[in-house]
Amino acid sequence: MADPLVLVDGVTKSFGREVVTEVLHGIDLELHAGEFTALVGPSGSGKSTLLNLLGLLDRPTSGRIVLGGRDTTGLDEGERTALRGRSLGFVFQFHHLLPAFTALENVMMPMLAARGREEPGMREKAFALLEEIGLADRASYGASKLSGGQQQRVAVARALVLDPPLVLADEPTGNLDTESGAQVFELLRRVSERHQTAFLVVTHDERIAARCDRVLTMVDGRVLSDERRTPA
Amino acid sequence: MPFEVLVALRFLREGRTQTLLILSGIGVGVGVIVFLSALISGLQASLIERTLGTQAHVVVRAPEDVVRPVTRPSSERAVAARLEQPAQRLRSIVAWPQTLELLRTLPGVRAAAPTAEGPAVAQRGLATRSISLRGVEPASFRLIIDMAPRMTDGEFQVDAAHAVLGVELAADLGLRRGDKVRIEAQGARSEVFVVAGLFDVGNKDLNERWVFVPLRSAQTLLDLSGGVSTIELKVDEIFSADRVASAVASRTGLEAESWMERNRQLLVGLRSQSASSWLIQLFVVIAVALGIASVLVVSVVQKSREIGILKAMGTRTAQVVRVFLVQGAVLGMVGSALGILLGSGLALFFARLATNPDGSPTFPVALTPSLFLGAAAVATLTGLVSAVAPAERAASLDPADVIRHG
Repeated sequence: MADPLVLVDGVTKSFGREVVTEVLHGIDLELHAGEFTALVGPSGSGKSTLLNLLGLLDRPTSGRIVLGGRDTTGLDEGERTALRGRSLGFVFQFHHLLPAFTALENVMMPMLAARGREEPGMREKAFALLEEIGLADRASYGASKLSGGQQQRVAVARALVLDPPLVLADEPTGNLDTESGAQVFELLRRVSERHQTAFLVVTHDERIAARCDRVLTMVDGRVLSDERRTPA
Repeated sequence: MPFEVLVALRFLREGRTQTLLILSGIGVGVGVIVFLSALISGLQASLIERTLGTQAHVVVRAPEDVVRPVTRPSSERAVAARLEQPAQRLRSIVAWPQTLELLRTLPGVRAAAPTAEGPAVAQRGLATRSISLRGVEPASFRLIIDMAPRMTDGEFQVDAAHAVLGVELAADLGLRRGDKVRIEAQGARSEVFVVAGLFDVGNKDLNERWVFVPLRSAQTLLDLSGGVSTIELKVDEIFSADRVASAVASRTGLEAESWMERNRQLLVGLRSQSASSWLIQLFVVIAVALGIASVLVVSVVQKSREIGILKAMGTRTAQVVRVFLVQGAVLGMVGSALGILLGSGLALFFARLATNPDGSPTFPVALTPSLFLGAAAVATLTGLVSAVAPAERAASLDPADVIRHG
């Protein structure tokens, strides 16, 4: 098998100084390119903590995370930020668009942050992604003028704009009605296949989990099961 | 447009009301600074102009006579119980034409004019008045004090037959342009001149005492036989007059007195005025800085979610810092532009509010490009400095924490 895109090796995570609470107890995990994985489990099982560690937003207490063949343990904050921008996309539960910018500008934002200013081709690339998610006609709309489902779709386009090999999605449909949630999930699957992007989707929704290639179940800070499925 | 500038401008636009309020605050602050500076500078410039309008910047004259003991006193030998100071007589500057040429070449000296000055009496019929006789070469003297704009009647025509005197003296002696006046100096030397013109230098005392005659006539009347009692200088930069005077004294061995020395009290007054003005402006700057800082701190709290997203997307900490520094600088710049308009408008309104009898404004204002640039620079710098703490606060935001809490 090819080298994993992400290797999680004996990762633990504790919070608190005087009263130390360990929320992850030695996680071992591999994620592969193009894989669409669901991460499920009850609240407090450590899903979001693991997601933050994989997203280089937080550091493990022990163990190591290797991303794209690079061990992230010794990286300083600047290197982690650069690697995060280059290798990872994020889709949050509350879509988290920047309300001061248009849909198109929100999609462009990771490119602008990475390059420091607008460069030729950026606008076109962001627009193509908006077309792909069916929101080309909303390109010039302010983010706050879009519906919840539309905002989440824009957030998906934004997560993909730098062609990251892995997108981390935290309850991407959790804040949407059933129909919008289904549309967004379909979109995630579609772009994952088209761009060969790996997705790790944290969800409580069994129906969504059932349609993923792989389901990781976490309970009490441990990966209880790792099932590979044929999507329904 | 750089990423940081784009984000900063959008953040400011997004918090429109807040931005407008703080811009108004900065505008008023900078307006006060501009108005106050323009007013103080204008008043000071006007005061200096009025003072220097009738004075040379530096007056050079021969050293005063001093009595020196023949031998040095010692404990064994008393020379004199006390030294009697001599009465000062009018003395000519030795080799004045060469000295004049030397002074004209000194750095910082713009013009030099020889004058023969001394006490005399003006007489018309039975009326007499003691005067200060000023013998000048009109061409060189014009470069020191331009009398032309101060002439109320006739012109500044000073030649062998003509003299020019002040309006008060003319009134005292009942003289008009074209009348004859006798000038009598020490030793009963006297000459008769036709009054070519009358001047008003804005100082009653000088209008009563000054009489301008040609240099040669004054030399004869004052018994200076070809000599001059003083050389008057105009310098390039008025506040360098002290320095120029010292240079003149050391180069020539003559006594050189600057306008600053002659008007020490005026300078002390001006400096106190400037100091109070600076103090007020400092407090205004502090108030503006606190205003900008508080608005940006609130903005960091309000925008913490956006900052977290930006950081999660790969925005570097330094970029986040710059976003807030740019906001501070933009607030300072735009606020200063508003303040310059406000301050200038207020200053011009104030200047037109009241005028002196001669038509000049009672409150003259000095609105100069350097004042505007200075105000803009201070406001922008204040904005930048005020943004440092909020920027650091924004930079320290943990994206995981922000995202976790939505």
